[in-house]
Amino acid sequence: MKNTLLLNGRIIDPANNIDATGSILIEQGLINKVFLSPPPASVLEQCEVIDVSDKWIVPGLIDMHVHLREPGQEYKETIASGCKAAASGGFTGVACMPNTTPVNDGQEITSFILAKAAEAGHCRVYPVGAISKKSSGSELSEFGELKQAGCVALSDDGLPVMDSQLMRRALEYSGNHDTLLISHSEEMPLSANGAMNEGALSTSLGLRGIPHVAEEIMIYRDIALACYVGRPIHIAHISTRESVDLIRRAKAKGCQVTTETTPHYFTLTEEAVGDYDTHAKMNPPLRNSDDRLAIQEGLADGTIDAIATDHAPHADMEKDVEFDLAANGIIGLETSVPLSLALVRDNIISPSQFVELLAVNPARILKLNAGTLSPGTPADITVIDPGKTFTYSKESIVSKSKNSPFVDLNLQGKAILTILAGKPTYSERD
Amino acid sequence: MLTQSTNIMEEDYTFNHKHILGLEQLSANDITFLLKTAESFKEISTRQIKKVPALRGRTVINLFFEPSTRTKLSFEVAAKRMSADTFNISASTSSLKKGETLIDTARNLAAMNPDIIILRHSYSGSPGLLARHIKASVINAGDGTHEHPSQGLLDLMTVQEAKGTIKGLKVAIIGDIAHSRVAHSNIIGFSKLGADIFVAGPATLIPPGVNQMGATTCKTIAEAIDGADVVMTLRIQMERQSESLFPSVREYANHFGITPQVMRLAKPEAIIMHPGPINRGVELSPELADGPRSVIMNQVTNGVAIRMALLYSIMGGGES
Repeated sequence: MKNTLLLNGRIIDPANNIDATGSILIEQGLINKVFLSPPPASVLEQCEVIDVSDKWIVPGLIDMHVHLREPGQEYKETIASGCKAAASGGFTGVACMPNTTPVNDGQEITSFILAKAAEAGHCRVYPVGAISKKSSGSELSEFGELKQAGCVALSDDGLPVMDSQLMRRALEYSGNHDTLLISHSEEMPLSANGAMNEGALSTSLGLRGIPHVAEEIMIYRDIALACYVGRPIHIAHISTRESVDLIRRAKAKGCQVTTETTPHYFTLTEEAVGDYDTHAKMNPPLRNSDDRLAIQEGLADGTIDAIATDHAPHADMEKDVEFDLAANGIIGLETSVPLSLALVRDNIISPSQFVELLAVNPARILKLNAGTLSPGTPADITVIDPGKTFTYSKESIVSKSKNSPFVDLNLQGKAILTILAGKPTYSERD
Repeated sequence: MLTQSTNIMEEDYTFNHKHILGLEQLSANDITFLLKTAESFKEISTRQIKKVPALRGRTVINLFFEPSTRTKLSFEVAAKRMSADTFNISASTSSLKKGETLIDTARNLAAMNPDIIILRHSYSGSPGLLARHIKASVINAGDGTHEHPSQGLLDLMTVQEAKGTIKGLKVAIIGDIAHSRVAHSNIIGFSKLGADIFVAGPATLIPPGVNQMGATTCKTIAEAIDGADVVMTLRIQMERQSESLFPSVREYANHFGITPQVMRLAKPEAIIMHPGPINRGVELSPELADGPRSVIMNQVTNGVAIRMALLYSIMGGGES
């Protein structure tokens, strides 16, 4: 196999403290060498040279919170279609949540997911197993078996563990297997099947509201328990100002807490619900403009470690219904890069922070051998054209489902080349 | 008679709504126009032959996914007095029981080319969803906890008849504001026409942001009723008790029920309204419900006139 040279791009590799123009030599699926000065002619001659002038070369992006729907809901997404969507969005790795049918609470489902992912080949898939059997919140699943089968973390995602005693036990026991717990923090009796953020808008639309305290109370519980038993915890998709503050304070106290948010929480507000637009229905719900601002502040000051998408594919028939009956969630793999780059353009985060949020930190939190451009590591690389504009049309969506509030918008910034272990999984080079 | 109603307003005004989804979408002018149109239609219901040919050949479907007696009947009577062909579909007899979605039901109805669909549904926003999927006009006959525009309009008409105006009146709305689409439409409608609205009830039943809709929240019903021109009380749904939204019916009646005693705080000529059906002795004392200050039956009578005006106006005022 001929070697590949990514020539003359802006290499942004925060793990190695690099943000400079340079070239990267890929050999046998690994990063062989990083040139910060023009590579010698001998190298150029031996390689397939890809000129990436004015483009960013960054470590392959990792989305640590997606739903791939397989097994069980293949009409929404399959592991193959989800991985293809990930590659076209610039991702080389995704962590998939366990709320499949059946729930990923044992090694057979985990193995099935990994086998399907290997077959699909577009993206590395990191399964997240369930904390409790069937995510029913009553008995712990077999952490040791899940870990051995290949789960990188455990979560009951959309069905959070309500019983504090069980959560405490889960945190304690996670220490034996060195597994990270990820919490979708929601006090269910308070959110009470609400359909949107609680406030003047939910009242005027006649929709049952989800108060922001439903998220914050449970984040506080989860942090308190994790600190008490001395274990790390990762809080999923935070959406409110107080959530950011709680995590900022916990980090200052030395608790091992990490967190993520999604592009929709720093891009949209509850106003997007407008005239009962079900593409603005998700859980947690879109909040108000002050919450959105706080999320941006949390990204800027490092309180929020990662941007994940909570990619949640749903068929049209699950969204084109009464708002109360509509499924929660939107797809996100193909819009995460442009929406996150908008933060860079608005000077909220730096290009290096962008890479930390989308590659370095997800890899660190999930303990993956990824997120860097260090020589010797697998050549998982994303090339981004930060200036490229495109219309996110329904026809262009690679994911099997098209449920996105960003359809038909003009977006700026795009992955134009995604490389997984040295091989392109997505390319739109001219 | 029909041309008369459109001439009442300023010359450049035209009612320009295909659907009636809520009072939120109507301007003060639209509301005033509908009230005046209804006023001119009211007389039809007192004739010996209670029928005009205004909507002859039009097809009106009453699509009710929730139980209703007076609203359904009122729309049906209104449509028949305008000579429209009317059909009733109720949840108990519809395919919804068989799991058909609202949109599929709508598409099937649309295939029969109705002109107007009147929808009552337990989910907020469903009339708009229906309107997006069919060509017919849609009238919201109550959607979830969102709006009940025809009820709001008939309440405005009833107050206007009794008081001569809406502007500057003090209107007290008492009870379960959070779950009441009637209260929502009334808050919107009365504030658009310049009344001052005060709401009171158990704090568990006062929704967040009600002040932004144009109402002032009071801690006690006495505060809300003090000096009021209009006292409107809402039906309390007994099942709310099991959700701990109030401790008991007895406690509710004692602290939030409208009694002759608390009505002494209102203006002497204040009127009492209720959208029905009434829990006598709970939210409203029987002697008040049936007493001289009650305009509850006027509300029902005006309901037919308002619905005639709505059907007529969205069909373009009789133009074909």
